[in-house]
Amino acid sequence: MTYISLSVTDVAIGAILIVANGLLSFGLGLKLERTLVIATLRMVVQLTLVGYVLTAVFNVASPWWTGTIALVMIIFAGYEVAARQDRRLKGVWSYGLGATAMTFSSTLVTVLALTTQIGTDPWYDPQYAIPLLGMILGNSMTGIALGLSTLTSGVARDRVAIEAQLCLGATRWQACGPMIRSAIRTGMMPMINAMAAAGLVSLPGMMTGQILAGVPPTEAVRYQILIMFLIVGATGLGVLMTVFGGLAYLTDSRHRLRLDRLHPARMG
Amino acid sequence: MLTLTQLVPRGLAPFDLTLEDGACLTVSGPSGAGKTVILRAIADLDANTGEARAGSLIRSQISAPVWRKNVAYVPADTGWWADHVDSHMPEGDPGPLLDALDLDRACLSWPVAQLSTGERQRLALVRALLAEPDVLLLDEPTSALDIDATKTVERLITDYMSRGATVVIVTHDDEQAQRLGDQHLRVDGGKVEILSREAGQ
Repeated sequence: MTYISLSVTDVAIGAILIVANGLLSFGLGLKLERTLVIATLRMVVQLTLVGYVLTAVFNVASPWWTGTIALVMIIFAGYEVAARQDRRLKGVWSYGLGATAMTFSSTLVTVLALTTQIGTDPWYDPQYAIPLLGMILGNSMTGIALGLSTLTSGVARDRVAIEAQLCLGATRWQACGPMIRSAIRTGMMPMINAMAAAGLVSLPGMMTGQILAGVPPTEAVRYQILIMFLIVGATGLGVLMTVFGGLAYLTDSRHRLRLDRLHPARMG
Repeated sequence: MLTLTQLVPRGLAPFDLTLEDGACLTVSGPSGAGKTVILRAIADLDANTGEARAGSLIRSQISAPVWRKNVAYVPADTGWWADHVDSHMPEGDPGPLLDALDLDRACLSWPVAQLSTGERQRLALVRALLAEPDVLLLDEPTSALDIDATKTVERLITDYMSRGATVVIVTHDDEQAQRLGDQHLRVDGGKVEILSREAGQ
């Protein structure tokens, strides 16, 4: 395996493109300079830090450090899911529901892959565990956020129709069936589309990375296919848990609709 | 028969009520006083405390769907979850009920979007009655109807009561309250007051 190492100067030359964009924004009065500079600095600082953290964690190769990093990633993903909601769930459910679902689904799928298909030794080897979890988490997070927001907006929009069914003796699962189905479908769509477009429209990032690092394309492709399966598995499980968990929270054991447990929609 | 024991709907004072088979309670009070809240509490659609019985059924001992099949609440704003009218009807023949309310039997195949507010209101009553509940909770069932249609709805309700059903009806119309009510409940300022028909006059 061969790969061409980049020097700081190489990267700095790339930054000329950002400067060019900044000048363009200034010239056209787009007022994007400030946000562009901040976003660029954040990206550089965050990634540099992650580089050091990962190097340190790879060197110690302790299950505790791997676990801690995984936990931090899941917490950030939980916040991200909550931040993408128009109507947030009240209380700890706001962050907790998505985070719990991702903890279960992503951890389960990652551990499954590490112990069986990839077979690293030890199985928690951070060089594999952390990037794998990152990819699975990042993609399933999108599906979970979409599924949950479809559910909450559907239930809030169709309140009258849902209660009309409850009044006639429907259970909460019967009355909310269409919203559950549409939420799960919406949550799964991005990954299904990504699979359909893979290779034709988009070259998945991990595969591209491996090819750049000198891995033969057929090997990289095999890896990518496995990753896709893992992501779809984790997304399906995570979306299912989030949507059913969300509906259980937005209704109660007496089959009432509990929209009082939902924050009002955000403005704008 | 409907019995309420120390029922506390959200924001209201607790109250007791016994309503015999075939009896009607009318509920009145200013807008926002909690008339709908009372019906929703009886139907167990909002969190509430207290006990309710319908005939031999004890609310706390059966599941909410079973309770609501026997104690049917018909809200003022009617809800529809499918495209066509017939998808909303429980099992049974809605024909006689449609006739009694002067509705075209063909309306079952109509799209819900084509219905007028008054038609929706009457069809919501039809689908509730079709399940033959023991207790009927009606929230302003004639608010969108003209005098003739109101008469047919009232006739259908009285008819249903004569077969042993108990009815609670929210109405703004004092004359309707006098026509239908055996007991009268007035809610105002968080307080619930129950008057018999004679005392109410």
